[in-house]
Amino acid sequence: MELKTQPFLLNIGPQHPSTHGVFRMRATLDGEVIVDLEPMFGYLHRGIEKLAEGRTYTQNIPFTDRFDYTRSMLNNLAYVSAVEKLAGIKVPERAEYLRVIMSEMMRIAGHLLAVGFMTNDLGAMMTPLLYMWREREKIVDLFEMVCGQRLTYNYVRIGGVSHDIPPEFLPALKKFLKEMPGYIDEYDQLLATNEILLARTKGVGILPADLAINSSVSGPMLRASGVKWDIRKADPYSVYDRFDFEIPTGTVGDVYDRYRVRIAEIGQSVRILEQAIEQLPEGDVCAKVPNLLRPPKGEAYSRIESGTGELGFYLVSDGSIAPYRFRVRSPELLNLTVLRDISRGWKIGDLIVIFGSIDIALGEVDR
Amino acid sequence: MNHWYYFVDLFAKVRITFVDWLQSVDLPSSLIIFLDSIIGITLILLFVFPLVMIFTWMERRFIARFQLRYGPNRCGPFGLLTPVADGIKMLMKEFIMPAKGDKLVHWIAPVVFFTFALMVFAVFPIGKGKMGAFSDLNIGILYVIAIGSLSFVGLFMAGWASNNKYSLIGAMRGVAQLISYEVPMVLAIVGVVLIVGSLQMSEIVGKQTVPFILLQPLGFLIYFIGGITELNRSPMDQVEADSELTAGYFTEYSGMKFVMFFIGEYVNAIAVAIIVTTLFLGGWKGPFLPVWFWFVLKVVAVFMFLLWMRATLIRLRIDQIMAFSWKFLLPMALINVFITAGEVLIWDTWMSSWESFPWPFIFVNFAIAAGLIIVWARVFFKLGGGRVEVGGYRARNSQGYGADPQAPVS
Repeated sequence: MELKTQPFLLNIGPQHPSTHGVFRMRATLDGEVIVDLEPMFGYLHRGIEKLAEGRTYTQNIPFTDRFDYTRSMLNNLAYVSAVEKLAGIKVPERAEYLRVIMSEMMRIAGHLLAVGFMTNDLGAMMTPLLYMWREREKIVDLFEMVCGQRLTYNYVRIGGVSHDIPPEFLPALKKFLKEMPGYIDEYDQLLATNEILLARTKGVGILPADLAINSSVSGPMLRASGVKWDIRKADPYSVYDRFDFEIPTGTVGDVYDRYRVRIAEIGQSVRILEQAIEQLPEGDVCAKVPNLLRPPKGEAYSRIESGTGELGFYLVSDGSIAPYRFRVRSPELLNLTVLRDISRGWKIGDLIVIFGSIDIALGEVDR
Repeated sequence: MNHWYYFVDLFAKVRITFVDWLQSVDLPSSLIIFLDSIIGITLILLFVFPLVMIFTWMERRFIARFQLRYGPNRCGPFGLLTPVADGIKMLMKEFIMPAKGDKLVHWIAPVVFFTFALMVFAVFPIGKGKMGAFSDLNIGILYVIAIGSLSFVGLFMAGWASNNKYSLIGAMRGVAQLISYEVPMVLAIVGVVLIVGSLQMSEIVGKQTVPFILLQPLGFLIYFIGGITELNRSPMDQVEADSELTAGYFTEYSGMKFVMFFIGEYVNAIAVAIIVTTLFLGGWKGPFLPVWFWFVLKVVAVFMFLLWMRATLIRLRIDQIMAFSWKFLLPMALINVFITAGEVLIWDTWMSSWESFPWPFIFVNFAIAAGLIIVWARVFFKLGGGRVEVGGYRARNSQGYGADPQAPVS
């Protein structure tokens, strides 16, 4: 006997506990299986790109904090380096090193949140997330020591950073770096060989390398698919060419590989931080930059390896105090575009996990 | 036996005194039975509700400790009054009724769920002898199985009447889980019933010279896993999977109706903990201390284990849960029934002169359980490890994808 069935439409979001903000997915389901999926963006569109055209170059830095609010420091750096490229400003060496230190700390904090929230989507009742939150809290405390803020830092400035680190910062950071490998082992004990986690993540949501490249996916998601592409190595910015680190890659490109790549990158960030502390030179932390910066006419595109991928800023100057065009290449938006391809044929529970493994913050997707 | 602190027996004494008094004032017998039931229900509620409050408090405090948090500590000492504050808040909440929902069923569902959750308590031997239970039925465990699964009717009614797709999916998952897990659970109980030779709960406790977990390790595991699934607790909480279905079948419930589901779930948790205690852990039996203390201690210990699992484990997918039941638990339960029947036969035929406990079977059963689990787990993973193929979609999507990733492009 053949039962007559028909697919039905399920609206996941914009208000849903695991859409990481206000993302909406229109899923066509056959029972529990996803037949089709339509991602819908724009519920958090604030028009920042247009707003930025009415403000001076310095005034635009706080806007970038609000993109991916879990990685504010990296957003600041991406925007500021585009402005510096546009205006041809030379950054003092100490400032470059401080930027690298802040970037890598931010990357660790962001990856911890990404993995933690992914396990939350897997249904882990917050436990791994709260263990990872403990270390993120230590990083945030360090940031508070440096710039007084805990979420939107606004620390990186055009020509350098806003001010030098306090004397107690480096010992605290060294202490944290000494503890961090132990904590990574602790996460692995809890998660890496958990049979339920393996059953839920291995082979789920496979993103093949060719699809990843064609869809312009970047960051840990691309590396999990086996593509060795990291802008810190491929097109070194700041002083990244002076550090010795590896690019962890996955083999299959499933959810498990994305989780492993993020954990491995935390280890590599610790390595970079240790080297950066050793090499940290003395000197100025900010170049002399006029209050009202008027870059010469022209355009500039600068990109960095953010926690989620290639974060680029494209700026066009008409010689005035405000950018003529302010365009963001948002890695999270581009990573999301493969969601339909990698989640079709899986179940609702898998869809949530695959979505969680992409690691987005809606502030950057919609801007 | 007449100490004041045997207060569970006190419950029964109160009831019997009351019935005696009713008979002395010469009331019709039907009215006496009715009034007797009412006082019995009141006594059960007096036992269950404090336990529910303690369990909700325990759940928050202990899971908070597992997660490096403090947990509630504002209301009363150690946050002990938090359940009270919660109850008051919930009572004052607005009832929200979905516009296109089935109003009648939406109202009845929590009542059905709650009633059946509570009805199970009638037969639990809380204390020694027939005094401990409200009604010591001679088919006690059968009654528990029958009534225990009926509360899922309320669950499905809630999912259906809410006119919400999340609720409906949650309810359908619940029913599918119930059908899958009821079979191995009952078969696990059959092992105990075979040894005891009776369905009466007090008889089952009475026969346990040592806890049956030693004689039935496999049965205990199967029943416990099935119980977790019936309770919709992590790692099997597909019915209310909060990250997928927001809240599952009670997404559209608020106020008092939500509270009935909430309390009903805890009542169910207590029920499963009591069944595990009664069948496998020796019930109220224990040295030195009063019986009610041993009973509550064992129930709390089982509940603590549930909390530990909830704080540690990740949720399984629905098809993995199904596969685990049909491919792993059911064959195990059948083999367990077979082995237990053989042992009972051996015991009755050749070893009946032994006055003491069948201790050789403890080692035999543990060895068999360990061997079976190891061997069957290998077979189970060969069968796909619970990763059930979802038809053509997955085959189409995973063809050529990921199996052989491209060489690194740098």
